Amino acid sequence: MALDPATVRRIVTLARIRLEDAEVPRIQSELNGIIGWIEQLNEVDIDGVEPLTGAAQMALKMRDDAVTDGGYPDKVLSNAPERAGPFYAVPKVVE
Amino acid sequence: MSYTIEGETGLWEVVIGMEVHAQVISRAKLFSGAATDFGGDPNTQVSFVDAAFPGMLPVINRECVAQAIRTGLGLNAHINVVSRFDRKNYFYADLPAGYQISQYQHPIVGSGTIEIELADCSTKPIGVTRLHVEQDAGKSLHDQHPTKSYIDLNRAGVALMEIVSEPDLRSPEEAGAYLRKLRTILRYLGTCDGNMEEGSMRADVNVSVRKHGEPFRTRCEVKNVNSVRFVMQAIEAEARRQIQVWESGGIVEQETRLFDAGRGATRSMRTKEDAHDYRYFPDPDLLPLVLDEAWIEELKATLPELPDAKRRRFMEQYGLPAYDAGVLVAEQATAEFYETVAKGRDAKLAANWVMGDFFAALNRTGRTIETSPVSAASLGKLLDLMADGTINGRIAKEVFEAMVDTGDEPAIIVEKKGLRQVTDAGAIDEAVDKVLAANAEKVAQYKSGKERLFGFFVGQVMKAMAGKGNPALVNEALRRKLS
Amino acid sequence: MSLTDLSLAAAREGLRRGDFTARELTEAHLTAIEALNPRLNAYVTVMADRALDQADAADAARSRGEDRPLLGLPLAIKDLFCTEGVRTTAASRILGPFVPPYESTVTANLLRDGAVFLGKANLDEFAMGSSNITSAFGPVENPWKRQGDPATVLVPGGSSGGSGAGVAARLALGATGTDTGGSIRQPASFCGIAGIKPTYGRCSRWGIVAFASSLDQAGPMARTVQDCAILLRSMAGHDPKDSTSIDRPVPDYEAACRRSVKGLRIGVPREYRAEGMPAEIERLWEQGLAWLRDAGAEIIEVSLPHTKYGLAAYYIVAPAEASSNLARYDGVRFGLRVEGEDLRDMYERTRAEGFGAEVRRRILIGTYVLSAGYYDAYYLRAQKVRALILRDFTEAFARVDALLTPTAPSAAFAQGEKMDDPVKMYLNDIFTVPASLAGVPGMSVPAGLDGDGLPLGLQVLGRPFDEETVFAVAAAIERAAGFEALPSLRAGA
Repeated sequence: MALDPATVRRIVTLARIRLEDAEVPRIQSELNGIIGWIEQLNEVDIDGVEPLTGAAQMALKMRDDAVTDGGYPDKVLSNAPERAGPFYAVPKVVE
Repeated sequence: MSYTIEGETGLWEVVIGMEVHAQVISRAKLFSGAATDFGGDPNTQVSFVDAAFPGMLPVINRECVAQAIRTGLGLNAHINVVSRFDRKNYFYADLPAGYQISQYQHPIVGSGTIEIELADCSTKPIGVTRLHVEQDAGKSLHDQHPTKSYIDLNRAGVALMEIVSEPDLRSPEEAGAYLRKLRTILRYLGTCDGNMEEGSMRADVNVSVRKHGEPFRTRCEVKNVNSVRFVMQAIEAEARRQIQVWESGGIVEQETRLFDAGRGATRSMRTKEDAHDYRYFPDPDLLPLVLDEAWIEELKATLPELPDAKRRRFMEQYGLPAYDAGVLVAEQATAEFYETVAKGRDAKLAANWVMGDFFAALNRTGRTIETSPVSAASLGKLLDLMADGTINGRIAKEVFEAMVDTGDEPAIIVEKKGLRQVTDAGAIDEAVDKVLAANAEKVAQYKSGKERLFGFFVGQVMKAMAGKGNPALVNEALRRKLS
Repeated sequence: MSLTDLSLAAAREGLRRGDFTARELTEAHLTAIEALNPRLNAYVTVMADRALDQADAADAARSRGEDRPLLGLPLAIKDLFCTEGVRTTAASRILGPFVPPYESTVTANLLRDGAVFLGKANLDEFAMGSSNITSAFGPVENPWKRQGDPATVLVPGGSSGGSGAGVAARLALGATGTDTGGSIRQPASFCGIAGIKPTYGRCSRWGIVAFASSLDQAGPMARTVQDCAILLRSMAGHDPKDSTSIDRPVPDYEAACRRSVKGLRIGVPREYRAEGMPAEIERLWEQGLAWLRDAGAEIIEVSLPHTKYGLAAYYIVAPAEASSNLARYDGVRFGLRVEGEDLRDMYERTRAEGFGAEVRRRILIGTYVLSAGYYDAYYLRAQKVRALILRDFTEAFARVDALLTPTAPSAAFAQGEKMDDPVKMYLNDIFTVPASLAGVPGMSVPAGLDGDGLPLGLQVLGRPFDEETVFAVAAAIERAAGFEALPSLRAGA
């Protein structure tokens, strides 16, 4: 399944990575090289195989319902590129 | 008669499905130890996990899982012993990680049912497709600065239950009844406070229209409607809009719309061109959620009596009509109040008092059942004073008003105000004689056949006795003296 | 012998005996860093003042009679571990001036046990790479040189290239690394040191900048197997803050290094004979098997039939998870922001400028394989292949106690080689990736030199949570190999 330029555009948009039009052919060719190589997996007989989502083989642990965190707004805001008082600030979002 | 809207080309049926987001009652968030309280200062209830700092990991809150199971049980739904968390990927300023942890393919709760009650006291089962657990997003404030949006992450990561119904609803009334019933069940279970104003319960409504007997047509989703009334208005407005589109030869596009309560109309949301590619995949930071059957049984055993069961019991045990039982079980506190009043007393009379004078007093004073000046025990004592003949029904209303005003016990009010019912035959005869003497003309009219005047005489005697006369004895004395 | 030449274990003894102080030991390393780091670029941040404070505190504690497992031992920390109050970069521009207000669990465990942190080690950006050339802070130079060719700069491997080069050049006694598809084992092999990726779940991932959550695992890198054992014992342990961290006691790995391999069954997976693999690697592998046989182990041929599909599965799973894990770098709460016309433009500019080419490439691959219509063909299929790879290991480990393979298909290569084609670079990880996908522990131990005098490692793989057997086998190889070659660039050389 080779990627066409429109798919490359769609993917970079989904990933929110700016890509100049001039770069599309290069990225397209790189991605196609990798995807083409990945497609060797089509040789594998996967009939009846349950997918393995992770390497951890155990039960999901749970936390108690207790307030043990938060309450440090200055710490969560200290690395913000832009803050406005107690808020993070971003370019205005129009809904 | 089913609900239809008349268009130019005939009658249209409305098809409605609901997606309700209910905020789970828990102290801490779904995957972090930050607090969930409403109304905290901005970004004070935020952990590094909630703000998606590098290297932060989710660990699930057991109580949030328990709440989802309780809710599933309360909706007579199938609990999935194995469920899973997926990431829903999209960029938004108030979604810190760039993904929401949700349950896409394998929700914790499968299909169930909610029975709704309609105005004519009929009931209708509405299918629940699924319930899943997910994180809430933060809040964007767009009105604080001309060119900036401000982000508060206090809500980010709070647990939500998304409860999805089948498209079984057929009118705004049914949709309203569904929402109210769902809210009642959630409140009974203590899993969500159902407060739509604070946003702890939010509804997305899927609306489509069709001619009778047709398959479903294209639906639109009306997002984030924040009251039962608005949901009902939004459905009607959206249905009318779609009918107009179809009837003018157009095609209804599947889209997300917003309800503008001021204009009473829905409008299209600015479409996000890639909104539909969320790239769901199992969250690798979490493992499958495998529930212990014994835990489910334990939660089941500690569920409260739910509204449907309570309503049936009220009808059987207290002989109440369906309507009264429905009103009394709508809130758990009301039902409890009622049962305290009714215990060992005339159950129907108790229902009348609770639904009548008591509710009216709450309305008038702006109080709730929790802050009521009259306790259930006191109201019960008032009923006892009537039952043992200490006061009559009319005086009881006066005593009740005084109870509302002062919070005093009824017996004290009766004594203080001297409202004890008069049963002394001599006193009654004396009052009757006085009234008859003062109204000789009316007595003559009565005797010449104008028997309607009997009520007038009763009223006059009671007035003369300051309302305290025993009604039966007054009647008896009047009849004797007028014959 | 200079203090920087000591093994971690020997330095521990020296401190205990009072032969030297933690301050002297730390100063010796800081001096070495000052001399060599400008060339090697193994550290992106040197924490000299803090390290000396920690060393002084260690000396003070020792003078009060305290002893802790790592008291006063200077280490390098891969700059993927968040360190409270110290810039953490993941070798990416996008983290910009990020200073974590928290300490990762693994580094907190090391501090608890008394370690001194010399600085933050360079790496491939977001741990994505096998040669440490994708770092936003520039490449790391391998301290080893080809015989007779001191001019050619070789890569240290990656992604833990700064950790590997730093430990090899004696700029630290040991280092933390992380391994997602070979990022500890391959640079260990390239730099002639030992390194272990423990079982997935053994070390907490909390506070480590995530690359691929279902694969990432922290582990130690050091010049001896025993040193790795000492470090892993401190790093490992259950962490309630990580849902995938296992609640199991941490064994005495150091004791395991002294275990005999007599009677152990060692598997040789026939599928690890890669096409075009240099004959000297093949020979070294045979030699390793012979050493183990001589030590009393039984060598058994086994089959891991899905080995050849490991890399392709990995290059679906890891980028998919990365595309999601790296979505948080959006210019809102931390790190770099590049202003734009609106929110979306800000995101796109920030992420285009903040991420390097390889990271962008992997995000795009990951986005693609998860996108509508492709999920089943790529991601779901890869997860099923992953299940088959785990099954291969499970079946093999029913017959053998450990597996022995080469760590990498080549020795360190020159900067600039294998750069033209991403896939060629990915092939470096062909022997390390299957264990990552299965979550089993794997260790690289230096076993010999190639014809150019460059170090080559052998890889020992073990059953889940049986790092002890891995240490025992690796230590047996280490003893037999008697690897004493030294890199030409090193402190005091």
